[in-house]
Amino acid sequence: MSPAKTKDSFGDQQIDMAHGAGGEASRRLVEGLFEPAFSNPSLATLADAAVLEVSAARLAITTDSFVVKPLRFPGGSIGELAVNGTLNDLAVSGAKPIALTASFVLEAGLDVAVLRQEVDAMAGAARRANVPIVAGDTKVVENGKADGMYISTTGLGIVDSRIELAPQRVQAGDRVILSGPIGAHGMTIMIARAELELQADIQSDTRLLSPLVEALIDRVGPSLKWMRDATRGGVATVLNELARDSGMVVEVVEESIPVEDAVRGACELLGLDPLHVANEGQFIAIVSGDRADEAIEALHQAPGGRQARVVGAICEGRVARVVAKASYGGTRIVDMLIGDPLPRIC
Amino acid sequence: MKYVDEFRDARLIKKALAEIRELAQSSRHYRIMEICGGHTHSIFRFGLHGLLPSNVELIHGPGCPVCVLPMGRIDDGLALANDALKIARQNPERKVVFFAIGFETTAPSTALTLMHARALGIDNFAVFCNHITIAPAIRAILDSPDIKLDGFIGPGHVSTVIGCRPYEFIARDYDSPIAVAGFEPVDILEAMVMVLRQLKGGIAKVECQYKRAVPWDGNAVALQAMDEVFEERPHFEWRGLGSIAQSALKIRREYAAWDAEQTMPIPGVCVADPQAAQCSDVLRGLLKPQQCRLFGKECTPERPIGALMVSSEGACAAHYKYGRHEPDVVTLQ
Repeated sequence: MSPAKTKDSFGDQQIDMAHGAGGEASRRLVEGLFEPAFSNPSLATLADAAVLEVSAARLAITTDSFVVKPLRFPGGSIGELAVNGTLNDLAVSGAKPIALTASFVLEAGLDVAVLRQEVDAMAGAARRANVPIVAGDTKVVENGKADGMYISTTGLGIVDSRIELAPQRVQAGDRVILSGPIGAHGMTIMIARAELELQADIQSDTRLLSPLVEALIDRVGPSLKWMRDATRGGVATVLNELARDSGMVVEVVEESIPVEDAVRGACELLGLDPLHVANEGQFIAIVSGDRADEAIEALHQAPGGRQARVVGAICEGRVARVVAKASYGGTRIVDMLIGDPLPRIC
Repeated sequence: MKYVDEFRDARLIKKALAEIRELAQSSRHYRIMEICGGHTHSIFRFGLHGLLPSNVELIHGPGCPVCVLPMGRIDDGLALANDALKIARQNPERKVVFFAIGFETTAPSTALTLMHARALGIDNFAVFCNHITIAPAIRAILDSPDIKLDGFIGPGHVSTVIGCRPYEFIARDYDSPIAVAGFEPVDILEAMVMVLRQLKGGIAKVECQYKRAVPWDGNAVALQAMDEVFEERPHFEWRGLGSIAQSALKIRREYAAWDAEQTMPIPGVCVADPQAAQCSDVLRGLLKPQQCRLFGKECTPERPIGALMVSSEGACAAHYKYGRHEPDVVTLQ
């Protein structure tokens, strides 16, 4: 039986940049327009990847487009991002990747050397992850469109049979684990756009998350209950999605959230909250309280996991939401990202 | 991080809070206004409102769209103004108008830009001047019969330019304490301690908590540039506060060639505030943001109706973002 089509409730009159920023406006677009129109049980979870039961296997499938400007930035480039970003969505869905596809929208006039560089970056990232890129498509649009190139990738994977990730499994006493320092990718891009005339020694955290995720699954298995990579909209948005989908209060301890000094400084200067700034190499994992120490130990032993830590806990509460506490007792609500995190002008 | 960590130190915050509890007499209710929207933002961002004794109430002041500048933004403002000049130079066939806003925090960079424009003889550049001054706004609040206040937390950024002297009338004429404060939790709480200590001792004076950024006499170079370019307007219309005498700046006759108001037709549009929104009462501290009938319903940061919900430092936006629900009692083991 096909699910009843729910009503389109998207009331916005035009698409703004905020609809692509990963925060509240993106949520309205996806939940108000796309999800009701395409309505089906696999999509309804709105997870990083959809899980399909095929014969005995659970397949995970995910797709992502990359429109980053500039194409290259300290620490990475669009090609590497296009591979790692999609593989990370599979990883945090608990899936081992089998194959990737890639679509290119290229701008007429693009220097082939630039394209080759990005294709090489993609090939390198795919090789390191040991995943083949098995199909693709190319379109070319007029000069002046597409900022050089846009890349879309789709990833297919097999869900690890040892785990069951679902927000419904999250309960009071579970711990919130963050894989490392936040905000580096978003700040790097903002600075690389050079519109701010700001200089800082920051580079993107873009990386493949599967080694960390695998270490976590190997150690705590079914005690791992939920994961999501904290990309656009930052950690704050991911935690708000968790609070909403689980119906629980997510409490984080402000001082325990690692932020590199240069990122913090740039955020202070621009009036941004690092919790709202995008990452490309960090994820949030919810692990039952009694296995949190082991989970951290496993992450610390895995490459690139040295700075992972417990940053909060799941609590009961009247209203599902995210609360940040400071050691002096101050408490605040942490909201989803509203709008686009551009530095405010006044 | 220097200049930040030491002013967010948990031990110092707790110490200041203990001092506030000790100074606030239980028989009395204290209403202290933070004039600047940047302070409102910090108070919520750091959850300070929930830590104060119940008889110490913070009232949000008339905001301050530019006072809320984060550190270093003064340089940004200058760069921005210079950019407008740059655009004008790069596009000599087009007229570039810079929309200048803000208190004395940003007025000096507009003044310097106009001085550059005159020195370079750039004639396709003009400024639409909307600079306002902080002291008359505070006087208007003090003269308002329906607002009762015990003291003020003085704005930080604007005081880096004007210093502390312009606030002397508050203590002298209105017998009200004021402490100019920085924007970190320790800054704000220390300023509250200063105000409460004055109230306890029965005195009223201007104190400066933000000495690391605010010289008592202000920034002479900036003040001089302002004086060179601007003069007072007889009257200026404030949102929520009405027309206030000598509360804004206009460009002097010597710079008329670069003044949009003196060289270009200004339509002088009047737009009434949305009737249902109670912005003006919130602006004057008569209503808490959540007491407005539109707060969080028709009016949210995503779809703001009133100005206070627009800027991230507007009192309503700060309430909505950080404090719209009273937190549950939750504890981490």
